[in-house]
Amino acid sequence: MPTCKEVSRLVSQGLDRQLGFIERLRLRVHLAICDGCTNFKKQMEFLRKAVKQLG
Amino acid sequence: MSDFRTRVEGERPYLLRYAALQLRDRHTAEDAVQETLLAALAGEAAFAGRSNLRTWLTGILKHKIVDAIRRASREAPAADADQMEELFDETGHWREMPSAWADPDAALEQKEFFAKLEECLSRLPARTAQAFMLREHLGFETDEICKELGVTATHCWVLLYRARMALRLCLEQNWFGR
Repeated sequence: MPTCKEVSRLVSQGLDRQLGFIERLRLRVHLAICDGCTNFKKQMEFLRKAVKQLG
Repeated sequence: MSDFRTRVEGERPYLLRYAALQLRDRHTAEDAVQETLLAALAGEAAFAGRSNLRTWLTGILKHKIVDAIRRASREAPAADADQMEELFDETGHWREMPSAWADPDAALEQKEFFAKLEECLSRLPARTAQAFMLREHLGFETDEICKELGVTATHCWVLLYRARMALRLCLEQNWFGR
């Protein structure tokens, strides 16, 4: 089971590269039971959208 | 002064703010804007028929910003301090769990939100901010960013990760947590 720290890193990298099968699996298992990381992932997606609209 | 010249000159403050946000250095930003305005005046014909002067100028400026970052990374490779450790405890759990942001899309309709976002961006270390803006605002792929900044792919991911962590914390504390 990956830690929140590892999951936050994977979520970020998932925005920059294609994650591997194992990585995606670890991510999904963790997100299913962790509200903090689920919120984090939503925030990352929002941040991407917001920064695109800047300026 | 011709009408076109006056209009181009009128966009200088906006362009300067835009460039400074990404380059994080007033002097470099002024140079990039100056180059942009000169290029625009020389290329008036290229603008003919387009409707939005600011959009056109910003398009030119984006190229000048990338050029400036490229030049700077040749001159000064830098490293940022790692503050990630503070966000998690020894077992890798959040010290403070990210909260559920209420209706974040509504923030995108507000000028004040973008001002706050800019303020958060301005607190990032220069290199972290450059990597992040290349990726998220200018839409570069990671391998291109690594090349522009002269760093490995792994370091590039680390820079982007740090930027996102710092920005979400800044927004949570200064906007969504209000």
